Amino acid sequence: MTEQNDPTATQYVVLIYERMSPNWPDDIPPEVAQANEDVDAKIEARGGRILAGVALGPASTATSIRGGAITDGPFIETKEGLAGLFLLEARDLDHAIELARLTPVADGGVEVRPLLGFMIPESS
Amino acid sequence: MRVVRDIDVAEEAVQDAYVQALRRWERDGIPDRPGAWLTTVARRTGLNLVQRRRTLETKLPLLLDRRPDPDAVALEEAPVIGDDRLRLVFTCCHPALAPEAQVALTLRLVCGVPTADIARGFLVAEPTMAARLTRAKKKIATARIPYAVPTAAELPERLDAVLTVIHLLYATGHTAPSGADLVRHELCDRALDLAVLVRRLLPDEREAAGLHALLLVHHARGATRVDGTGKLLRLEEQDRTRWDRELIAEADGLIVGALRAGPPGRFSLQAAIAAVHAQAPSYAATDWPQIVALYDELLRVWPTPVVALNRAVAVAEVDGPEAALRLVEALEQDGRLDGYRYLPATKADLLHRLGRHAEAADAYRAALRLTDNAAEQDFLAERATAADASA
Repeated sequence: MTEQNDPTATQYVVLIYERMSPNWPDDIPPEVAQANEDVDAKIEARGGRILAGVALGPASTATSIRGGAITDGPFIETKEGLAGLFLLEARDLDHAIELARLTPVADGGVEVRPLLGFMIPESS
Repeated sequence: MRVVRDIDVAEEAVQDAYVQALRRWERDGIPDRPGAWLTTVARRTGLNLVQRRRTLETKLPLLLDRRPDPDAVALEEAPVIGDDRLRLVFTCCHPALAPEAQVALTLRLVCGVPTADIARGFLVAEPTMAARLTRAKKKIATARIPYAVPTAAELPERLDAVLTVIHLLYATGHTAPSGADLVRHELCDRALDLAVLVRRLLPDEREAAGLHALLLVHHARGATRVDGTGKLLRLEEQDRTRWDRELIAEADGLIVGALRAGPPGRFSLQAAIAAVHAQAPSYAATDWPQIVALYDELLRVWPTPVVALNRAVAVAEVDGPEAALRLVEALEQDGRLDGYRYLPATKADLLHRLGRHAEAADAYRAALRLTDNAAEQDFLAERATAADASA
């Protein structure tokens, strides 16, 4: 994971924001779920690579800690909540945007950010 | 420029190239194509700087986690766009940058406009503009916005930002915000060159033709904006026999083509307004209803307070200064034009025409406080004195 196959590639995080329905993620539309299965191959076909993917539980299950105080809900309340993210390898921002556009989204959008660091502990 | 990855290195290289050019031109005279020469020098200098920086990086690998990029020094062959400056304009106008950062960055990096002048053009303080430029450069480096020509599919999408940059560049030269010269010919010529290139590159984009036409009309009237002593002349005082009829005719051809094929965009409409002025035999004989109609359309496709202010000036000629003053006062209430010198200047003219001379003098002085341009200062001071005398 920390090794790089392509020294000219840059790593990006694609953050997926969704307007989560009450039964998220059970009522994700089937075509979106299917598209999630296919996205890896689509990105490979366009010269990119997914390094890791993360799916989050719904915002209603989040617990926040601010200054020691514990509250119910996500840290920042927004219409669209963070639903997941994946790590991407791309040539440059234009390439990363091209690949990020392939992300299946039910009712929301994505944000692309350069990845500065990604750590997996030795013991894993 | 595309050969250099790091935007700060690129900027240093451009500045080095300017310095070298000036030294060399003093000695050998100016080359036939200074632009191409500058780019070549900037590229060579950029390579030197990249090599220097790499040496530094190998010494400080733990502090600088920036992998050397083998592509950074590979010169690209057969560029799609012949002019490297234009290529840099397109890359500075990347949609991942905020629109105001795109314009500022292009003025700074491509055209070498000082940060202070860009700040005045945008009505913000200089440190604000400096921070905006730094933020944009950091994003280019960190997010790795490519130095590359947009693909054919992306080109039209990026066109509007590019045309805006060129227009603002011309405006900066046309009315230099600081310094004694009202017109900085060099900036205007550079903007016009860029407009011609973009139009040739994208012959089917009507707005590119619209912008070119707009700048041609401005250029045709450029010589009469000030008198022999550098004093600013208003449109009604300008000697129309000295306007360049050939340029106006060339612009007219472009405008007719741009308006023919469909609903016009903002640059084509501005060009049409400028052309109606340019073709009028005198200020009084101008087709003002036509101008107001064009402004109505312009305000529809581009609803900004500056357009509304210019429309108010035309309304004064059709419906009288009282009606126009109401529009200007509404804009003043709106607050978005705070710090914009043409608002109090326009208000002063209207008050003066309404015989409210004392208020007019105050408004001229308010405008005076907002400009650093010597020719504009002289003009406004004179108007204020004249209004005082009438009061």
